[in-house]
Order: sequence, then C-alpha cells, then structure tokens
Amino acid sequence: MKKLLSLLFLSTLFVASYAQQEAINKGKEVFGDLRARHIGPALMSGRITDLELHPTNDRVIYAGTAGGGVWKSNNGGATFNPIFDDYCQSIGAVEIDPSNPDNNIWVGTGETWTRNSVSVGDGLYKTIDGGTNWIKMGFENSERIAGIQVNPKNPDEVYVAALGPLWNDSEDRGLYKTMDGGKIWNKILYVDKTTGCSDLTLDPKDPNIVYATFWEVRRQPWAFNSGGINSAVYKSTDAGKTFNKIHNGFPKGKLGRLAIAVAPSNSNILYTVIESEQDKDKGLYRSDDAGASWKQLNNDFGIVVRPFYFSRIEVDPRNPDVVVKAGLLGSISRDGGKTFKNLGPNHSDVHDIVFDIHHSDRMYAATDGGVYRSWDGGTTLEITENIPVSQFYHVSVDNEEPYNVYGGLQDNNCWYGPSQSPGGVEARDWNRVGFGDGYRVYRHPTKKLIYSEMQGAENVWRYDPAKDQAKTVQPLAAKGDPKLRFNWNAAMAISAHKPDRFYMGSQFVHRSEDMGETWVKISPDLTTNDPKKQNQEDSGGLSKDNSGAENHCTIFTIAESPLDENVIWVGTDDGNVQVTKDGGKTWANVVANITGLPKNTMAYHIEASVFNKANAYAVFTGYQTGDKNTYVYKTTDFGASWKSIVTPDIYGFARNIQEDYENENLLFLGTEFGLFITLNGGKNWYKFTKNMPAANVHFIELHKKTNDLVIATHGRGIIIIDDISPLRQLTEENMNKELHFFTAKPTTIAETNGFGSTSTETQFVGENPSSAARIVYYLKKRHTLGKMTLEIQDAKGNKVTELGPGKAKGINVVEWNYNMKPPKMAAAKTFAFGGFTSPRVPAGTYKVVIQKGKETYTNDLVIQYDPKSEISLADRKLQEEATKKLYDMSQELAYMVYTLDEYVKIAETVKSRNAQSAKVATPLITELTKLKETLVVTKGDNYVGAAEPQLREKMAELYAKVANSYYQPNQAELSNLDAIESRFNTGKADYKKIKDKHLNKVIANSKDGVQPLVLKTFEEFLQMP
Amino acid sequence: MNRKFLLSLVAVAFAFVGNAQTADEILAKYFENTGGLDKWKALQGIKISAKVNQGGLEIPLEIVQLKDGRQMTTITFQGKEIKQGVYDGSTLWATNFINMKAEKSDAEATENFKQDIGEFPDPFLNYKERGLKVELLGKETVDGSETFKIKLTKKPIKVDGKVTDNVVYFFFDTENFVPLMSETEITSGQGKGMISQTKMSDYQEVNGLMMAFSMTQGIKGQGGQPLTVSAIELNPKVDATGFAFPAEK
Repeated sequence: MKKLLSLLFLSTLFVASYAQQEAINKGKEVFGDLRARHIGPALMSGRITDLELHPTNDRVIYAGTAGGGVWKSNNGGATFNPIFDDYCQSIGAVEIDPSNPDNNIWVGTGETWTRNSVSVGDGLYKTIDGGTNWIKMGFENSERIAGIQVNPKNPDEVYVAALGPLWNDSEDRGLYKTMDGGKIWNKILYVDKTTGCSDLTLDPKDPNIVYATFWEVRRQPWAFNSGGINSAVYKSTDAGKTFNKIHNGFPKGKLGRLAIAVAPSNSNILYTVIESEQDKDKGLYRSDDAGASWKQLNNDFGIVVRPFYFSRIEVDPRNPDVVVKAGLLGSISRDGGKTFKNLGPNHSDVHDIVFDIHHSDRMYAATDGGVYRSWDGGTTLEITENIPVSQFYHVSVDNEEPYNVYGGLQDNNCWYGPSQSPGGVEARDWNRVGFGDGYRVYRHPTKKLIYSEMQGAENVWRYDPAKDQAKTVQPLAAKGDPKLRFNWNAAMAISAHKPDRFYMGSQFVHRSEDMGETWVKISPDLTTNDPKKQNQEDSGGLSKDNSGAENHCTIFTIAESPLDENVIWVGTDDGNVQVTKDGGKTWANVVANITGLPKNTMAYHIEASVFNKANAYAVFTGYQTGDKNTYVYKTTDFGASWKSIVTPDIYGFARNIQEDYENENLLFLGTEFGLFITLNGGKNWYKFTKNMPAANVHFIELHKKTNDLVIATHGRGIIIIDDISPLRQLTEENMNKELHFFTAKPTTIAETNGFGSTSTETQFVGENPSSAARIVYYLKKRHTLGKMTLEIQDAKGNKVTELGPGKAKGINVVEWNYNMKPPKMAAAKTFAFGGFTSPRVPAGTYKVVIQKGKETYTNDLVIQYDPKSEISLADRKLQEEATKKLYDMSQELAYMVYTLDEYVKIAETVKSRNAQSAKVATPLITELTKLKETLVVTKGDNYVGAAEPQLREKMAELYAKVANSYYQPNQAELSNLDAIESRFNTGKADYKKIKDKHLNKVIANSKDGVQPLVLKTFEEFLQMP
Repeated sequence: MNRKFLLSLVAVAFAFVGNAQTADEILAKYFENTGGLDKWKALQGIKISAKVNQGGLEIPLEIVQLKDGRQMTTITFQGKEIKQGVYDGSTLWATNFINMKAEKSDAEATENFKQDIGEFPDPFLNYKERGLKVELLGKETVDGSETFKIKLTKKPIKVDGKVTDNVVYFFFDTENFVPLMSETEITSGQGKGMISQTKMSDYQEVNGLMMAFSMTQGIKGQGGQPLTVSAIELNPKVDATGFAFPAEK
C-alpha cells in the first residue's frame, strides 16, 4: 500500500508538472510573437550570490544572482549575458566541472544568503553544452543549494550541499553524492530536519578529502534563529564514506553559520568563520594541520557581521596567507588572517569574492549591487554595468507621456525612470527618490510630487523633483497610541477619488487627506496582534539581528475600490482580510470565509475590481511558514464568499494579480517563477515566456492609457509587455479562424528624430517600445509551407510597401515604421546617402493585405498625426509636397541618367566599328559624358575621398532634410529646391539638345549589325534592382 | 481511489516517452519529404534572388552557392553592385562599403569558412562522412509548433586564436519534418555569448526540391527582418570571374 501511495504521489506530481509544461507550451502557442522588453535598470544592478571562475580561461566568469538567474562573461567581466532564463532565477551555487569546464556546468538553485526577502529554489540543474540546454538533476524540494563540488578527476562524482528549506522542517537537506553524473544521489551526511549543509569544499590536492559545514537555522516571518548544538564542521578522508567533526579549538556551546576554505597552495591550511554564543569567541579560525586543530585569529566587525548574510571565505590561489572574507564591506588579510582591512569602496553587502586564476591582483566581488572587478588587489573596484538584476518590490506608473515607472529595490533605494527614452532607457534616465531599502513609490495623481519609503516606514518621503526637496510625512505615534508596527515593506496607497489622499498601513490604516501632513487612524488594529510574534528584539539567534525585517502583525496591502471610495480592502501579514464599506467606520474580517486557506497565511495582495465594488481578488503566500501552495481567490460579494482561481497550470506561489480594465476574464498573475495569464477568469492559465524569464514577479501594474503591462520582478528589473489589448479579443471564435486581425486604435506617428543615447558599449540600455504601427493578427497554425506575404496599400489599392509577415502560431506582431520605399536613385560612382531616406506616408486609412497560399486577408490600418502636435495640417501638406517633388525629381533624374548611359553604351559600340562610325559617335559620347559629370558624381569614394557633389547628390541631400522633418520646409530649403529644380531643367534642356543634334545619326549607324537599342520604360526602370 | 484511475495517471505520466525517434530517422524523413536524398546529392549549385526590407529600404540580394564551396552574395544599392561573402576557391572577400574596393576577410574567418566547405546544399547531407555529429535532444515548441531539437556538432572553429566549439541546433517540425529554426551561440563581436536564431518558412518546391523562401535572422528574444526569396535557380550557369578577388585597377 505504501508503494502504491508513493506511486500515486509521484503520478500526481507528474500530472502537476505535466500541466505546468503544457501551460508553457500552450502559452507559446497563444501568445506567439507578443514579447516583453526589459528596461532594467542596471546602474545599481542587484544581489549577486555566487561567483565561479573558469579554471583555465581567465576571461570566463559565471555570476549566480539572488533573483536574476545565471550570467556569463566571456570577456573578463566587461559584459555578461544571461544563460538561465527559463528556470528558477534564485541561485545558490554555480560549479564548473574542472575536467570539462567549457561544457559541464552545475547550477544549484535557491539562494543561501537567507535574508527575509530571499526567494526559493527548485532544484539542481546541469548543462553539458556550456549553458545552451539545461537538465534538471533532482533536489526539487531542497529549496536552497549552498555548494556543489565535482571531482576534478571524475566528472560523474559530484557532491551537493543542500541547505534545505529555510522556514520549515525537512529531510531534504544535508550532503549528497552521486557517482553517475547525477542519476542516483545518496545522502552521505545528514544531521536533522533543521540543520542543513551550508558550505562545502574538496581538498584541491586530494578529492577524497571533503569538508562540509552544517548550520542549524530557522526563519519565521516574525523571527530568525541562527545556531544550535548541531551546527558543525565535518571532514571526510575517504570520499564521503565517513565523516568526523573537526572542532579541536572551537568554542563550546551552540554554533551558528560556519564557512570553510582550503588554501589552494597548501591544503594543510584551512580557514573557517565561526558564529558562536560568546562574542569573544566568534570570528576567523585557522588550522595549519588540515583541521586537526584550530586557532582563533580575528573577530573584527567585518568578520563577524551578520553571519547568515555573509559567510564566505576565499584564499588567494597562490598565497595561503592572503584571505578574503565576505561582509558588509568585504575584508582582506595579507598576514594569514591575523588582521584585516576593508576592500575599497564598492556596493555594501559583499557575498562572495574571488581571485583571478592567474593574477591575484585581479579580483571580483559579488555584492547587493552587482559584480565588481578590481585590478589592484581590492583597493579600487569598478562595477559591471550591464547586469540588470535589480530587485523590485513594487511598481507604479504615472500618466506622463511617455509614462514613468516608480519602485523600490532591495538594498538599493527608491527610483523612478521613463518607460522609454531617446536611444533606449539608460542609466542616466533613472532618478533616486529615497534611501535605504526601497519599497513602494507613488506619483501624486495630479501634482508633480512623489511618495516613497524606506524599510519599516522609518522614513516616508514626499519628494518634489522640481525643487529637489524631500519632506518626511510618515504617520508617527501620538499621545495614547501604542507602538506603530510597520511592515519592513510597509503598505502604502493612493486614491482614485481624491488626489491628495494618501494611505499608510501599520497595524492601523492611517489616512491623510493632505498628502501626509495630517494623519487620521481609520481602523482599529486589523491584525491578530499576536504578542508571540512581536519579540523582534530577541531575533537573530547567536547573532542578534533586529533590523526590523521581522516586524510582524502588520498591514501589508491596502486597496481602495476604484468604484467607491468608502470601500477599502486590507490584507495583513498574519493572515487577515479586512474590508470596510463605510470609509473605515466599521471593518469586517472576511478571511474565515475562504475555504482551503490555512489560518494566518499572509495576505500579500488585494486587487479591488474595476467591474463591481463588491468584487476583489486576494493573493496569499504561505511559503514563509513552509507552505508553497498557490492561493488566489475571487469574491463578488465583499468577501462573504470566495472562489479559488488556481489550477495546476500555475507554477510557484503567487504574490500579485492584476485585473484587466476591460475584459473581466483577463487576469495576470505573478508567481515566484514568472508570469501567468488567464483568458477565462482562471479556468486555465498560460505561462508567458517570450523574453520573460522565470523571474520572481512581485508586482504587476497595467497602464490605463497604453495598456502596457508593467512587471516588477525581484531580480530582473522592470519588464514591460507593450499594449496587451489584443489579449482582450482572444475569444474562442477568433482563435479558431485561420487568421484573425485584432482591431486596433488608430496609430499615431511619433514625431521624434533626435540624437539617441549616451551610453557606452559595455552599459546596459533598456529596450524602447517600437514607435512603428503594429499590425497584430492571430494565426491558428504556424505558416511553414507555401508563400505568405504582407503588403500595405493606400486607400486606392496602390502598393505602398511590403513587410515580412509573422508566421508563428498565436499572436503575430508586424511593425511598420510608416515608411514607403526610398526613391530610385541615379547610378553613379558613389552613393548619394540622402537617397536612402524612406519617406513617411501621410495620415490616412491604409489596407493591410496578407496573402497566405490562395487566401487573402485584409484589414484597415488607420494612421494619424499626433493630435497634440503644434504642426498645422497645411504645414504638413507643404512638407509632403516638397518631399514628393524631390522624390519624383530624383527618380526622373535616375531615369535620365539610365537613358544617357544606354546611349553612351550604344555609341561606344558604334564607335568601335570603323573610323567613319567613330566620327559619328564620338561627339555624342563626349557631350553626354560631359553632361553626366554635372548630373552625378563620377569619381571619389563614400568617405573623405568624396567628389564634389553634383545634381543628384544635392537633390538627395535636400530630399533627406525635407523628408526627415515633421515641419514645413524652411525658406532656405525652398530656395535651395528652386535652385536645384532650375539646374535640373537646364540639364534636361542640355540633354535634349545633345540628343537632337547627335542621337539620330548614331542610331542610324547602329542599325546595321549592332544590337538595336531597346530602352526600358520609366515604369520598367523603377522595377529594376 | 481505484486502480484504474491510478493506472491512467501513470499512463499520462509516461505518454511522452512513446514514439521515440532517432535523429537519423528524423533527418531521413526530412530529406525524403523535401525531394529525396538523391536529388539533394545531385545538386551542384543554387542561385537565390531575394530581398531584405530595412526600415522601408528594400535591399535586393543575389546569392550564389556552388558545391565546390564557391559562393557570392551580390547586393545592389543605387545601381551599384556590392559583393559580400565571396569565396573564389582560395580567398574569402567582400566589398568595403566606403571605398567600394574588395578586401580580404581576416585569416581566421577564412579558415573557419573553409572548414564548412562540403556543407552544400545542406549541413546534414553526408554529415557522418564529413565527421559531424548529430544528436536528438528532445522536443521543443517553436512559434507554437512542436519540433524535434537536433544538435549538430561541427568541427571546432578558431575565435580570436582560441579553439571554440561549433554547434548549431536545428528544430524540425514534427508534422512536416522540415526545419523551422536554427540556433547558435554568437562567438565573436558585440553579440558574443548571445544566441542567434534563424527562422525558416514558406517552403516551396523548386524543380522537385522543397526549399525555404523566407529566412529571418535575429538575436533570441528580439525580432529580425526576413530575407524574402523571390526565385531559386538550381544548378545555375555562373561566370567564374565573378568570384575572383579583383585586382586593383
């Protein structure tokens, strides 16, 4: 029976993961070409958890991150690329197989720097082709992997340190080993359900010698406990068959987090960092006899600070006395660990430091703010500028054009930046609007003021960017108030009804009607107010850690109904859902009406519906008490009853939901492992994966004007899916058509043609949305066989241009930049660069014609001028007419030069026949050649060797100026046009004169035996390549 | 919970394992469906007329590839012909866009190019004889279509003096057995480390051979402009002098 049950369990698991794989595949089929774009930012990067260097190629570096996956550099850290986008983005350890370092890489997911906001992992992965393909190798329930070691002599022999779940008991922890490359794993060292393997290393000279540290640790939402009697350092000398504690010289009593490092140049020298009961015993210990005995060397602040967050030790590969320790600033010792100095200025909170394989002066540091590189032994550090792994907690938007996004970041302040910017969204576009850890940031609905906050609402600012003035405005305890309990990520909200209204949540809801100047409590304590969960002063275990991060029994989310200002929803971190229908006079706790939700599960987000004031969605997270299920509910009766909208398609616990504003059944759900979308109110869900990594989604906002979905990821910055309105039209009926055109609003020609960005080659630049017209359609099946074309026609059915159609199953997005073909230019010695300019089409209704096999599909495309533009219609017409005139003149000249060349050609043939013929042909050749020299350049090159411009070049230059402008041509341009036209007329007259004088004679001479002259018509000429 | 339900769960669990195909079977089907192995082997050369649309600018191209490795791409701009990726049997060269003169490609690019001679008309043709390796990695969804992912390992190339793996992934449609996409890691230049994708579609028959008339190349996760083929000529007559590296006049 037990066997049967476990089979059943496995099968159920499989059905769930099968459903999840289907959600990915089906999502690809439905969403097709619709893709996300990343705007970063990367200027402050984000938390890097583990650095791994290639053992023989010093240019190759891997960086594991807290929420942004794995990044690889091929150029010594100048730039990195992500290589792990489809999988869990929280990384514990990256290990390169020393025997096949170009191909075999192991990634253990689940960060082990276990701060309150840490994500979870979902197992161990391996690639055997340098990161192109990844295979899951088990450890699904280990939650976090602290280390991986591959025997340098045997790639199939691998050790894995599973720290295991942070918030609950589990047997999925300890030290594991495989002898067959990961098919079968044996747990070779296990302590108990609360103690996991936190560090691991092999003796570099003898892979049978294994060192592993174990750490007794438990986090709860309201407390953290590091340390216990089971934390230890173990050693094996028989490849993991037996282990012994090596504690000779260690302090007595409980131990906390321990690290271990072996000096590569002398493997008798070991270092460990010890967290222990007495402060005097903590710090760095060294053994000179391979662990037989230990001596304490140093307990400076930099060595003992926050062991759960900083533990790693690294020894210079060439000098056993040079040792670095991760820490608040990072520490380096050059006397074997006796004394330390800080690393030079870099981002604080250093988690890993590594030495280059050849030059010890070159070092890399993994910080809360990116990868840093030093060329001088850690004195000067420079940041890698293209790793956008910023960890947002929240995002909001404003109504500017283009709109801005606002949000706060883990250890990296509050920011706002534009959703698009000339040349792309770059570092200089972002503005800091707060200190500390940043959380929620809102733009005042009507004034140019910004609200922002730091951890625990220690400061809430109202910032005026124009004056560069910040005022603190948080609610403070008044006479008779108890201590106000704010969450580390304190609730904040603005109102859709009253622009100056501002809400903050402690255990109470505070409301201000004057932008934070005056606060009124509009609720009683809405939490469980459980005193057992309020002893943060005692939190930390062996090292006190009362940062405020564990503040509990607090309000976490506040949502005022967009339909009724008196309906306010509140969710608390201890599991209450409270609602008032009278602006806070009375409150009802409605969480008990939810069936299937364990008590005290954190109410992470409540979304008040735009469709009915009684409707709301509530998202709960239980992972911080060991429950990783997904909890998303909908109510349509103010919380009297709730319905789960979770299906097995969803992978990961959810944090946020966003309702569409037009289609009630269209919902966007952010989970620990990415973005999910339902088209039918939650009956089934698809995963959105196009350029959307499996990142931890903390918050989603839908921009009302643009319909852009703005996603705050905790590890990949801000990700935007532009204009999701086609999803509203994804009905079964439309999806069953061979091809369905989505109806779209008229598209506006963007009037920008500036000079782009200032970023340099190694800086990240966020992608802009396309300014082109979008032609969006749904294909029932991928087009593979036979011809498919897409043509734009004007109102009269004339072809304007041809575009490459999208052919994916699902949504296809084809972009048209409003341009038609450039003019056909006269052939010459060099290019007339102005002639490459494609003219814009005028506003109007165009037709999109798709030919797919024998079927034709058409749809209208309405293009308009920017209604806000100051340019008058009459001016636009002047611009269009001048452009057209120069366009036509260029083509007329091109044809003239073509005929001229043809006449010269035939004259040359005639000339070569005999002296008599030569006499007839030569004057024509001479005069035409002379004329041609005034029409086009006949010498020089395309750069500084260019010849003096002739008629074609002058025409093209003016054409480009006029065509690229949005304004009417200026007086200088019009005069210039006049001059060019007159010169062209002279040229044409001269041409006619020459032809009249000589051509007939030459033609007459050519008739006998020479290929007759057949000129293409003007129309035929235009079709020539 | 009855046993039947359990069994059906297990059946679902293992359904995906069925219908296993080998890479060679997939490739055999591919050649069979696109005209037959003999026809592909007999092909001596190909001339493709195509265009690319770059922001409204239509760039006409003519691509010639011959079995002996000679090849040439001719682009026409404002009546001027520019040649790119020309190989005359010993030299790989291209026209410089600024001074319009022919310039030799760097030695490494030429050596890497020479290594691929013999791939015409298809890298999978006689791949074993040419020392290439093929491996079926499983199924993957491309553009909403289910595909077989096949790894093609070619001989290593040199990049900036270092020996570098040369691997291309092909995604064959499980329905028609034609490739829908190929993927390879960019090994040099600004895009180094990124994945380049080429999508194929609009397969049409040319004298008995099915060929892709649309190819879109771009960086994975971003878009690209398609190369739209208007005509393909098999075994074209070509003027040998067009391939030769021109002497400066």
